[in-house]
Amino acid sequence: MNTKESSRIVITGIGLTAPNGNSLAEFRQSLLDGVSKVKNIELRYIGKVHAGMCDYDPKKYQTRRELRTSTRAGSIAIYCSHEAIADAGIDWEAVDTSRVGVYMGTTEHGNVETENEVYNISQYNYDIRFWSHHHNPRTVANNPAGEVTLNLGIHGPHYTIGAACAAGNAGIIQGYYMLKLGEIDMALAGGVSESTQTFGIFASFKSQGALAQHEDPTKASRPFDSSRNGIVVSEGGAVYTLERLEDAKARGAKIHGEVVGYHMNSDATDAVLPNAERQQECMTAALKKAGLKPSDIDIVNTHATSTPQGDIQECLAIRAMFPVESCPETRINNTKSYIGHAMGAAGALELAGNIPAFEDGIVHPTINVDHLDPECALPQLVINKPEKRPEIRTILNNSFGMLGINSCLIIKKFAE
Amino acid sequence: MTKEDIKKVVLDIISEIAPDEDLSNVQPGVRLREQLDLDSMDFLDIVMELRKKHGIEVPEEDYQQLASLDSCADYLTPKFTGVGA
Repeated sequence: MNTKESSRIVITGIGLTAPNGNSLAEFRQSLLDGVSKVKNIELRYIGKVHAGMCDYDPKKYQTRRELRTSTRAGSIAIYCSHEAIADAGIDWEAVDTSRVGVYMGTTEHGNVETENEVYNISQYNYDIRFWSHHHNPRTVANNPAGEVTLNLGIHGPHYTIGAACAAGNAGIIQGYYMLKLGEIDMALAGGVSESTQTFGIFASFKSQGALAQHEDPTKASRPFDSSRNGIVVSEGGAVYTLERLEDAKARGAKIHGEVVGYHMNSDATDAVLPNAERQQECMTAALKKAGLKPSDIDIVNTHATSTPQGDIQECLAIRAMFPVESCPETRINNTKSYIGHAMGAAGALELAGNIPAFEDGIVHPTINVDHLDPECALPQLVINKPEKRPEIRTILNNSFGMLGINSCLIIKKFAE
Repeated sequence: MTKEDIKKVVLDIISEIAPDEDLSNVQPGVRLREQLDLDSMDFLDIVMELRKKHGIEVPEEDYQQLASLDSCADYLTPKFTGVGA
């Protein structure tokens, strides 16, 4: 076992693309300015749907030839990884890339590529001679992480973490584990989503009665509002450089925050319906690992996806965990109200949107709440307008997913 | 279709497969992989595009015939003219 096992793990770089920003600074500004940018797109078979689409420049870090065979998730992971490395101020040429691990959370992978190939052969009378040899490398489950290693010449371990919509947090937790175990010296960890290119995801949510609809696409994702009617599917990504504290300090790195608490658990009750009791247990376990009490948490970033049932279940769990009587200073917000549900990227992106609060002391609000649902009326909810606080020192980030997978991550403002 | 036409067809396909490559000075008698950054998956793309765009089938045992533009032209001419297709 490595002697560095007991080290503290810190975030030294953040790279991201969201529907409303292609860097942490742009994203944060949009969250403070109430800018959504969810729009309508046309998708094969299903037609017009609301979606959160990213407009980062894919050619910034990939050649046109690479992009021809790359998946969208791979491209997003590559963009975010480069941006995170740049943000971390890492001299990449000096890095021992056999000691870098790549851990990308994904809700799903392969739906887009498979749908495209089936459509492609439908144009040739379903003759499988026209099925692409690129299908397998595009659809293997490690694709988004593997594309990062190919692009950056990384020789350490890589894989994706398939964890439904808890995946963004799960990717970060995996990087944390591997650093603690001494298996690697740096993690590129987070989550990515290409789900806006698969009609199947939209169609399945629609059949489930869980796909958002609104005359104004920027208002379609509206967690906690009485008129919420479902999810807006989005693409995006957020990748973090994680390092052991002593390594980060040795190279004089800026530290965005410290990973102090985490937990994952399973509902074992239903494939799609959440379970407030297990969510509460997940948050409780994360707090215990962090050595914190609920009242120590300054921001709770909710997972709420704007579905009628899901939002209520999470509010039940949060109300029980953070009652206003004992947690009057805790503030609660939601990032999906701006960008929709970025699926595998959601947890990592939503955390990133809140991390600048350590510096500016502002809690971004949850937007699009015109009529607060009484069942979601948490007294500490920051609604429609940002709130300046004396200091933000802790963020608790929830991400939950189908098959009853729960994740909770606690990040602390860095202090010696 | 002349051999020059066929070389143009192949170059057009390569320009889509390897859009970053400069194809203005490709030597017809020299192996493509010695001049361009092409891998085995790219050659499978050339085979696929010949199939999709021109209905031409290149069996696996003949892949080596696609090594250079000249060998492509020699090999593909009868296929494009229907002789031996």
